[in-house]
Amino acid sequence: MLCAMFSLEEEFVPVFTPPPLPSDDKRWKIVNGTMRKNGFARHALIETLHTVQSSFGYLDDEAIRFVALSLRVPLSQAYGVVTFYHYFSLKPPGKHTMTICTGTACYIKGTDKLVAAAEQRLGIPQGQTTKDGKISLMTARCVGACGRAPVVLEDGELRGQMVEGEMLEQLERWAVE
Amino acid sequence: MSDAVEVKTLIIDGEEVSALRGQTILEVARENDIKIPTLCHLDGLSDVGACRMCLVEIKGSNKLLPACVATVFEGMEVSTNTERLQKHRRTILELLFAERNHICSVCVSNGHCELQSLAQEQGLTHIRLPYRNPELGVDASNERYTLDHNRCILCTRCVRVCAEIEGAHVWDLMGRGINTTVITDLHEDWGSSTCTRCGKCVQVCPTGALFDKSRIGMEHPKNPDFLPYLNLMREAK
Amino acid sequence: MTIEELDQIADSVRAENAKYDHEINVCMGTGCLSQHSDRLKDALAKECEAQGKNAFVRRTGCMGLCAAGPLALVDPEEILYQHLKADNAGAVIASLGGEPVKELQCDLREHFDQQVHVVLENSGHIDPEKIDDYIARDGYRALLLALNDMTPNGVIRQITESGLRGRGGGGYPTGLKWSTVAKAAGDVKYIICNGDEGDPGAFMDRSVLESDPQRVIEGMAIAAYAVGASKGYVYVRAEYPLAVSRLTACLREARRRGLLGNNIGNTPFSFDVEIRLGAGAFVCGEETALIASIEGRRGMPKPRPPYPAVSGLWGKPTLINNVETFANIAPIIRKGGKWFASMGSERSKGTKVFALTGKIANTGLVEVPMGIKLREIIEVIGGGVPDGHKFKAVQTGGPSGGCIPEALLDTGVSYDGLMSVGSIMGSGGMIVMDDTSCMVNVARFFIEFCMTESCGKCIPCRAGTAQMHTLLTRICAGQGTMEDVELLQDLCSTVKEASLCGLGQTAPNPVLSTLKYFRDEYIEHIVHKRCPAGVCKIEKPQEVLA
Repeated sequence: MLCAMFSLEEEFVPVFTPPPLPSDDKRWKIVNGTMRKNGFARHALIETLHTVQSSFGYLDDEAIRFVALSLRVPLSQAYGVVTFYHYFSLKPPGKHTMTICTGTACYIKGTDKLVAAAEQRLGIPQGQTTKDGKISLMTARCVGACGRAPVVLEDGELRGQMVEGEMLEQLERWAVE
Repeated sequence: MSDAVEVKTLIIDGEEVSALRGQTILEVARENDIKIPTLCHLDGLSDVGACRMCLVEIKGSNKLLPACVATVFEGMEVSTNTERLQKHRRTILELLFAERNHICSVCVSNGHCELQSLAQEQGLTHIRLPYRNPELGVDASNERYTLDHNRCILCTRCVRVCAEIEGAHVWDLMGRGINTTVITDLHEDWGSSTCTRCGKCVQVCPTGALFDKSRIGMEHPKNPDFLPYLNLMREAK
Repeated sequence: MTIEELDQIADSVRAENAKYDHEINVCMGTGCLSQHSDRLKDALAKECEAQGKNAFVRRTGCMGLCAAGPLALVDPEEILYQHLKADNAGAVIASLGGEPVKELQCDLREHFDQQVHVVLENSGHIDPEKIDDYIARDGYRALLLALNDMTPNGVIRQITESGLRGRGGGGYPTGLKWSTVAKAAGDVKYIICNGDEGDPGAFMDRSVLESDPQRVIEGMAIAAYAVGASKGYVYVRAEYPLAVSRLTACLREARRRGLLGNNIGNTPFSFDVEIRLGAGAFVCGEETALIASIEGRRGMPKPRPPYPAVSGLWGKPTLINNVETFANIAPIIRKGGKWFASMGSERSKGTKVFALTGKIANTGLVEVPMGIKLREIIEVIGGGVPDGHKFKAVQTGGPSGGCIPEALLDTGVSYDGLMSVGSIMGSGGMIVMDDTSCMVNVARFFIEFCMTESCGKCIPCRAGTAQMHTLLTRICAGQGTMEDVELLQDLCSTVKEASLCGLGQTAPNPVLSTLKYFRDEYIEHIVHKRCPAGVCKIEKPQEVLA
């Protein structure tokens, strides 16, 4: 997709043809929009990956390749960026996500026990999704709501002063949906 | 102290030496046959100051500076081999040996390994730290070369030579911290990646992590000396 | 936009507000929002109408006392209500003009009396998304003052005189940093606001960005004028979505009013700001890693020198300051550097916002003058350790800091003061621990954090924190030896002195400070295979019956 046009007298000037959108899915237009807004500059990589993740829920090889080639970032460099940042996920999220904060204030107030209880109930270690795809269990390093510790995020919504019983109840509700 | 002066005088290990403005402590030391150990540095590649082996002491400061990136200033007094530095170097090597699975006796680079030579030079006799024994694999999919992650010290020379000299940028790092590994393209098999098979990464790798398949069972010294030459040729348009 | 026009806006806002007998400010910071303070606000507004009261209900930012949320403040009587629910709305509105509702009232004089609100002066009093509210409280006067009546050098002089030091934790003299960037050669310079606030337990920056974001933007604009920059970036953690949306709204408002963009205040000065999202990497709070992140790369720090002030974003001179640092700029320009320097201690001027959390009664944000004793903050302002437990330690500075025991609580809070007791100021997180915390486990917790957040570039941090974690885990499990402690101290030394960036260099601090002040707990785990706080699960060796 890198075409070159030159004559023997002129300097070699490669002409860049951007890759086509991976599919008709309208969300690719949104992703393309972020890249265009930043002038298809290399530094737009992280902003664009955010758009992909918020549009599709996660990043797969096809998405990373499309963004990398559009911004002319080497494939390995793009993959390195995706895997460096904790926020980006390579796997599709569950229907619901329980994120337990393990920042210092929350830890002091016992979120390690919340994590253990959730892991036991769901049968998966933190960072993974249940086999039926219903619930993802994540931990966050601090969501900045320490005054309400211990804190969990239920599908992104903050719930402070969480107790084990309440959290397990929510997981039950999600499990039987 | 005017920065317009092109020539600087400084003291390294008690010896008065001269340098040009903009030169690194490592360059000046080498010009004067003063040895400073390095691992991630390689003539011809950009410097990253990552391995911390080249740290030196500067009089008047408690902060240790990496000689490969720190530039000289007038009147600088550098010590390259104090007890404090020696202790740190040995600890860094211990950390490396315990980090992954470095077994010299079965390695193609046995006898020609920069990590091994450094350990001998620095007088490392014991590894006090618990061996981590991570489960790491091998990628032999490339028809010419093989990557053994167990021997990798994450010096990133392969990443830099592929990006800066070959221009293909096939190698990069994935993950973070102790889980960092080198990858090709989108974490794919080396053999099916955009690799041009130029072999530069093999030549610059300081250990037996990257090696030439045809050298198995034979001596496998590495020859990265072509690098400064390539740079020279590229600059002369 | 001229100062006269600003005054006109301020006057009209005040005139509008004066039409009402009462103002009810409802806290809608993340903490209170999570307890449905939005429903509370709607209920209050409905009740005002239903009861025919001449009052207006305003959405505001954080009021600081998270432990008592949802909070609402009734002005002009200054009645603070706590733990409010939507069905309390009727009673609150009915009481307007008369006796406050006693059982809902929050009367913590000790908590508020000693606080001095500079950074937080507007938080809880303005609608963060209404720029006119900010203007009515002297917002943007400082910027126009600087542009019209001061030279860039004059601005820097005021900041230097104020003695302001970087509030992100480094404590580097702000005036000196600005002066370095101003003197750096080049036409293109950048301002970066560090909103990465990765320290677990710290949420001061989040609160300021959610409650009074214009303040930060004004500070950045003044800085840009002073150093010669025309483009700024606010780097915000992805974990702060409300902060991002409030900031986005504010930038739009500021541009609309001509306070951002080209020819601000009818002067040749132009400045605009973009938001950049973080993506979950604590190390990106480090300046060179932050720059790498804005450049779209892995957040791996670079050796310094060269410093960002000389060669930063895309190689250009870059001024990076923390959110709280920028939040102090406008008042300093308005009231003068001398005013700021009149507060605080000898080498730590002004005030500091702390996030007081953990085992303490009044959790939340407090802003106090520098130099105040730790004991004052914990026992008086914080209300002490609840539930009959005993204070054990206060952790400051996040993963880069240390734990301070009871015996040292008379230390004054200042950059030097905290360093003298083996900790650091850090960004302002202050976590109180009681007798139910195991200090060895706390050390292990922090090392685990540094290990997982390490970027992996340099060997001491990458492998050193991992090895330290293994050793501490062994000790916690009752399988450690005294040789392990020696090895731990050796590793601390190498990781501290040989790491490339601040993350590695300060990672050993929690370990070193707990070894210093709580060595007995380590010995208890190792020699007696017992965890005094009852936290660590230690398997007792089976008794062998003879």
